[in-house]
This record gives sequence, structure tokens and C-alpha cells, in this order.
Amino acid sequence: MNLQNITLISFGYFERDFLEKTAEAVQHEFQYAVNIKEGHIDLSEYYDPARRQYNGNMLLKQVDTFTFPESVKIIGLFNVDLFIPILTFIFGQALLGGRTGIASLYRFSNERYGMTGNDQIQLDRFKKMVIHELGHTFGMTHCHTPTCVMRSSTYVEDLDQKEQHFCIHCRPRLEKTF
Amino acid sequence: MAKKISILIVDDEESVRDSLYNWFIEDGYRVECAENAKKALIMLESDQFDIILADIKMPGMDGLEMLRRIKAFRKESIVIVMTAFATVDTAVKALKDGAFDYVTKPFDPDDLTHLIRNATKQISLVEENETLKKHVVSLESVEDLIGNSEGMKNVLREVESVAQTNSSVIITGESGTGKELVARAIHANSPRKFFPFVSVHCGALTESLLESELFGHEKGAFTGAMYNRKGRFEMADSGSIFLDEIATISTKMQVELLRVLESKTFIRVGGNKEISSDFRVICATNRDLKHMVEKGLFREDLFYRLNVVNIHIPPLRERIEDIPLLVEYFISKYCTTMNKPMVTIDPAAMKRLQEFNFPGNIRELENMIERAIVVGDGKKIRMKDLPLEKTIVTTTAESLDDFEKSFILQILSKYNWNISRTAKALKVDRVTLYHKIKKYDLKPADQQ
Repeated sequence: MNLQNITLISFGYFERDFLEKTAEAVQHEFQYAVNIKEGHIDLSEYYDPARRQYNGNMLLKQVDTFTFPESVKIIGLFNVDLFIPILTFIFGQALLGGRTGIASLYRFSNERYGMTGNDQIQLDRFKKMVIHELGHTFGMTHCHTPTCVMRSSTYVEDLDQKEQHFCIHCRPRLEKTF
Repeated sequence: MAKKISILIVDDEESVRDSLYNWFIEDGYRVECAENAKKALIMLESDQFDIILADIKMPGMDGLEMLRRIKAFRKESIVIVMTAFATVDTAVKALKDGAFDYVTKPFDPDDLTHLIRNATKQISLVEENETLKKHVVSLESVEDLIGNSEGMKNVLREVESVAQTNSSVIITGESGTGKELVARAIHANSPRKFFPFVSVHCGALTESLLESELFGHEKGAFTGAMYNRKGRFEMADSGSIFLDEIATISTKMQVELLRVLESKTFIRVGGNKEISSDFRVICATNRDLKHMVEKGLFREDLFYRLNVVNIHIPPLRERIEDIPLLVEYFISKYCTTMNKPMVTIDPAAMKRLQEFNFPGNIRELENMIERAIVVGDGKKIRMKDLPLEKTIVTTTAESLDDFEKSFILQILSKYNWNISRTAKALKVDRVTLYHKIKKYDLKPADQQ
């Protein structure tokens, strides 16, 4: 096990159990210890009233200012609707080969799509998104393998199609970066 | 992704540039940004980008003006224009000026993914098309006509000079010399190369079938003609038609052919509508057409119409120096097609090939090499792999003694100089064979 760790910082309310399960999946996939922290920022500063969404670019920059000495990577976890100026929404984003990423739970619940709620599906989607963004911070680009966690997902259905693991092509590339 | 697609983002808003940059970089593209059209045009002078994503409204030169300038010097560039204020007019204007697509900001992530996917598909289709064109040309280019002999050099020179013209050509030469290959090379090097090359084997068809084949037929023209069918002349429109074994066509067909060649129009069998087609005629024959004209077997007017240019391909026995090159070419061709490791050829076997007279010319040599690769040990083609023993005529035999010497040597080589087996094959006793070996001073190829 690596002495350095990955930090997941939650902004806003998250169930403890939900975060622990996410951390467990991250630890399993990256073989780094995972810290769960709580962060506090005034989200209203990042709110765009015209779009009624939160600016993902600005939030990413803000999360990148947080420092944890032993953390190689930091992922900010949100429960608000994120956007970037050019796109109508994003599930998350990261600095490719950088230190920081963000992911939001907001669009992962079935209820938003007029379907019966399912906590497990929501958790699975979130785990995949966090692992995906962390993958980017390790320099991984999108993969075309349908089940690979690094496959690009623009709909929640895309997230459901893939697994929370790196495929046989991405895994060795990822391990080279450790 | 086989090739890393490059994207240039042109937008005056930093947040837009950053967002798109991050989005595309995660997809593995090479991404560069420019904050205005002027800077983008400077970047495009020194660097090539597959896709240019440009905002319409920018201070200074706007996106539409930039699009026009890009299209003026690099027509194939894929430019996608973006705008926050969509109007039908600007969209139409952009598309008319050559934009690949037009999108309104902000767009759905899925739309952006599809947009870039369509653009990359277009890029790969264009590249694939170019590669295929090059491949088709190289397949049938003059380079595929193998030979370093003076005879073949003349043929290549004639092919190159005649290819650029529209003149009718008659290719003469014995069977198996590669007349169709020469015809294809003429077509492939002509301005008609991207249009059809239609080949008709006149000798293989009866008169009525040939008529229907060349001119096509209308439904119900004869029993069994259930549908309208295009003829070969029609199919060769803008391309070339190759009429092989032209000497075999009947007198009636000669008249028909002459009429078509003069007017470039014809009527389908059973039809009444005149059809015109722009084709070039290339014919081939292994007979002496001039002699046939003198004997009244071939129409003189048709002969002169076809014989604007005559290319004669020498038989293989008159250019034995080409045999090693051809052998090498066929070895490479068949080892590749059969997915076998490359083989070499034993010098003694090569020597024998050069002594052989090849009545079937290159076709016979090709078949021999193909067979040798199939039956051989997968490393080297040896004498035993070549079916040469059945033909006993040699080019050097000028006397009975020469003939006997060559024949005995051939059989000795076949049996790897095993005296008993050779004597048995020649139906003589061993003593007689020894006498003959001594008389003609015969030695195995590797001791000569």
C-alpha cells in the first residue's frame, strides 16, 4: 500500500456511509489510502442565476487551492448541478495529469429522469464518476472500450453501461503512472 | 484512435476556450487555442489542424470571415462555427461558405461528442478515400509490369506515352505475356483512371452473347432477358474498355464494332433508344491481325481504326534476363497471399528456369512459382519443386547432341544427381549414363 493518499472532500450534505463506500471503491481501484474530508465554501459565489447552475470551472479552481500534504490527488464532491460555459451540464471534470477533479451527485438519481429511485444505482454511478475523474488526474484520457471506467459518458445510461474498473488496456497505463 | 486528431479552438472568451480545451484533451485530442481570428490564421500558416472550432462573434475579424479565409487556402479544413445568438441567416451563410456544422452555445455534452465524432469520421473517410485511390493506382501502375530487359523497357515507354492520349491501342503478344496487365497500366496512368476499366473476353462468347454483353439488352429482347441490362460499352463510360482476343469476333460483330467506335453511340439489343458513351478502346490479340486483313478475315477499316498505336510484348524466352525479377516478384506475391514466410530460390533452379522456353510465358512462370511455394519445404524453391521435366525443348539446343546433353542434365538435376534413379528414368543402364556424363562433361550446378 502506498504511503501517500487520495482525498475526497465533500461540499454539502452526503451520507457518511455513501462516502465510505465510494472511498472503498476508489481505494480498491487505485491502491492508495483514501481520506474523506469535509470542505466548506460559499457555493453562492459559483452560482450562475441565468443558468441556475454552478460554474464547474470556477469550482475546480477553488478545490485545487485546498492542500493536504500527503494527498497526491484531491476530488471535490458536490451535490449541485454543474456546468461549464460551453456545455449545458457536466457530471464532473478534472485537470488532466493534474492534482484535482470534481464530481457531482446531482444528476445521478433516477428520480430526475422520471424513474423509481434506486440508491444502489446512484451510488454506482457516483463511484464510476469519481474513479473516472481520478483517472484523468493520473493522465488517463477517454477509452473506447465499452465497459472501461474511462469511457466518456454524457448520459447516466452511459455510466450504467460501464464498470467501475479500468480495462485491460488502461490498467497497465495507469499503473505506470503510480 | 489511429492518428491523433488536432483541434484548434478560436474564441475570445477564455472560459469557453478553457472548457473546450479540457473537454477535448480528456478525449485524447491535440488541442490548441487562439483568442482571435487573426492569431488563429497565423497559427494555421505554420501548423495543420484537422478541426477548427470557431466562434462567430469575435472582436476584429469575425468567425465567418475567418471561415472564408481558411477555406480559400485550405479547402479540405473542417470548420465548425459556434454562436451564442443563433439565427437562420447566419447558419445558412456559414454552411454556404463551407462550414462543416453550426452549433449554438451552450451545447449538450452528447451533441459535442457527436459533432466531433462526425467530423473525425469525415476526416477518416477522406483519408481512406485518398489511400484507396493511391492503392488502386499503385496496383495497376506501370511499376507492376516487371522487367528490366530492353524489350520490356520499350513496352513501359510506350505505355507511359500512350496513356495520356485517347487513341485506340492494340496490344499484341503471345498468350500469357501480360496483355491485360499492359491494358490496365495504360488505363491506370490515363486521365480516365478513376473511371471504370471494363474487360471483355471476346473469344469466350458466342456472337449473340457478345452482342448482348457489349451493347446490353432491353427486357424481353430474347428468351431469358427478364430485365434491362447495361452493356459493357455503357459501363465503360468515361473509362476504358478492354477487348481481349479481338481477332475472334465475327464479321457481323466487326461491322457493329466499327460503327460504335466511329459514333460512340449504340442501341441496346431489343431497344430503340440511342445511348452514347465516352470510352477508350484497348484491344489485345495473339494473332497477326495484318495477316488476317490480307486474307480477308478481319476488316481493314476496323483494323486501322483500332491500330492507332500498337504495343508488342515480347515473349518471355526473348527476355530471359527478366526471369529473376519476375521470380522474385511472384515469390513475394504468393508468400504474402498464402501467409507463408518468404522463400528463396536455389541458384540451380533459377538457372534451369532461365533455360526453359516458357511456351505459356509469364502466366506459366507464375503458375510454376505458385505451385513451388505450395509443394516446397517453405524455405527454398529447388529443382524438384518446379515442373520443368515435361518440356524438353531448350533454347540452346541447336543440334541433337545439344538436345541430348540438356535433357540428360535436366533429368540428373531432377533426381539430385542420383545415377541409378536418373538412369532408370532415362531407361538406359548406369554405364551408358556415365558415358554420357563424361562425353558431355556434365557437372552438378553447384560445381560448375
